[in-house]
Amino acid sequence: MSERNASTSPAPSAASTGITGASILLDHVTKRFPGQVHPAVDGLTMEIPAGKIVMFVGPSGCGKTTTLKMINRLIEPTEGRIVVDGDDVTEMNGDTLRRGIGYVIQAGGLFPHMTVATNIGIVPKMLGWDKARIAARVDELLELVSLDPALYRDRYPKELSGGQQQRVGVARALAADPPVLLMDEPFGAVDPITRLRLQDELLNIQDELQKTIVCVTHDFDEAVKLGDWIAIFNEGAQLEQYDTPERILGDPANEFVENFIGSGAGLKQLTLTRVEEVGLADAVIGNPGERAADVLARVAEAGHGHAVIVDDRHRPIQWLSRRKLGRLDLISAVPDPKLPVVGIRATLNDALDTMLVSSAGAALVTGRRDMFKGVIDVRTVMDAITRSQTAAVLESDKAPVGLNTGMFQAQASAAEAAEAELIGAESSSAQSSSAQSSSAQPIEADGSGADARAAQ
Amino acid sequence: MWDFLGDRYEQILFSGWQHFSLVVQCLILATVIAVIIASLVYRSKGLTSVVNSVSAIGLTIPAFALIGLLIAPLGFGVTPAVIVVAFFAALPILRNAVVGLSGIAPSIVESARGIGMSRFRTLLQVELPMAWPIILTGVRVSAQMVMGIAAVAAYSLGPGLGGFIFSGLSRSGGANSLESVLTGVIGVIVLALILDLLLVGLGRLTIPRGIRV
Repeated sequence: MSERNASTSPAPSAASTGITGASILLDHVTKRFPGQVHPAVDGLTMEIPAGKIVMFVGPSGCGKTTTLKMINRLIEPTEGRIVVDGDDVTEMNGDTLRRGIGYVIQAGGLFPHMTVATNIGIVPKMLGWDKARIAARVDELLELVSLDPALYRDRYPKELSGGQQQRVGVARALAADPPVLLMDEPFGAVDPITRLRLQDELLNIQDELQKTIVCVTHDFDEAVKLGDWIAIFNEGAQLEQYDTPERILGDPANEFVENFIGSGAGLKQLTLTRVEEVGLADAVIGNPGERAADVLARVAEAGHGHAVIVDDRHRPIQWLSRRKLGRLDLISAVPDPKLPVVGIRATLNDALDTMLVSSAGAALVTGRRDMFKGVIDVRTVMDAITRSQTAAVLESDKAPVGLNTGMFQAQASAAEAAEAELIGAESSSAQSSSAQSSSAQPIEADGSGADARAAQ
Repeated sequence: MWDFLGDRYEQILFSGWQHFSLVVQCLILATVIAVIIASLVYRSKGLTSVVNSVSAIGLTIPAFALIGLLIAPLGFGVTPAVIVVAFFAALPILRNAVVGLSGIAPSIVESARGIGMSRFRTLLQVELPMAWPIILTGVRVSAQMVMGIAAVAAYSLGPGLGGFIFSGLSRSGGANSLESVLTGVIGVIVLALILDLLLVGLGRLTIPRGIRV
């Protein structure tokens, strides 16, 4: 599969759009585990468009992880087909398939007895790359995930922080440049601030690479932030709504989705606007080794209160006020660990969080590879909130194709409900009512999908 | 005592070397067998408990009795000695290998499978290297234990320092009998210490820094 993809997949799509991802189709996929009455995934048909991030959310045990693992056939589907980039992969060798699909799990799943470089190079090695090419690729990937290769190449996983391990995990998954990346609750094991940074970085990486990313999460905010598309699952991997974050927030398909979004949906609109969509303020930039007085002069000239110090790769390392500049002689190269930084694809929600935590009233915005882009302040965010609240509903008809063909599953669960009624009332009353209610929902979801098509 | 040693030092060194070589070769054989068996059974709960019971019960068999039993079909010589020493050596290694292999976090195995490693490659490149420190601990325990058992194996006229012990005991009270026994016993202890040091060194060389405790 890897060879085939290398030759076939990037060629047609990459030429026009820069998308290196491949589309995925789940075709009437069902998974029954032995000894369980209800299938874990029940007749799911789902299209995952190339080059997009699709988030799977839902309550625990709803089959979202099972669905994810069926894409690379870590779990073999009982029925149905998996189609990646137009090729039916249901029958091909599972190991070969998986070498061509990136896979990231919580905490990275790194091998503790191998160095960072060996961990990242393991898939290329299996694919038979030569040593020099692997070494070059490892360094390239470490750069991509913002880790200094010279510093981290030869470390062991236990010598890294949780966030760094997760980054290496992503680098390993990207090693052989797979068109598809599967992530299973990738940021579940890190602290909230690191999680925001990692999410920002993933968005930056995606901006650069345009893979097809399928990501399971239980955190709805994460889904809204990362997802081009969100699939909300109910038990048995019933697709309740598969739509853009805007439409899910603005127009939940049913009560289940409403409950899942939870209260404060209005404020969640904040998570829909990205930092890059609002205006960023310029900043005076200085470099380590410069005389502080020179920088101060530039700050005064520009009428700013602060100067941003960036390193040789244009990454912000310090944020100095006029007063601090006045006290300094030379500008040092020591990074300030408490710098309030948000990624350019971060949501206004994150930006606000960062500002509140740092009590700076503003935050530095970074783009690809942590390069400095500009400054965002509280007022910009507030203005955007006001605007987004009024504009929220208007955005709803932007939704493109990519829908749940839920007919099969609606029929299946309707049949199930009928069966449950036949079996008897005493045990199945609760079951059948739940089955009935869920049988009604996919049709609705499908209806909304059809609307979306019609709107286009 | 010094006269005894002085007169026979060549013979002692030769027997000591034979003893050592018997133990090391049996250990290698036992490690290979134990790891293979452990790799076959560790993923099944039922088989794992069978193996654990066998290795527990196996250790209760008196070495002396087992040698006696093996002499009947195999006769005297090296073969019964090797079988007995390797058998006892394999038991602690087997137990540790099973424990080590089944103690690996399922998420690690899943991520190995998820990036396209086959079952066998996962075992070879991920699971066994990660279980290796525990397996090696088993090898060290085994090494200590079978140093003594190898001495008993001299009963079947196998090679090693056991000869001094048995000949001393059979001439109990006679000239040089005590010296003979002491030579055998002390020789075994010294060899055991040397082998243990070597195994510690082997651990240093073969356990990557990432999983060293």
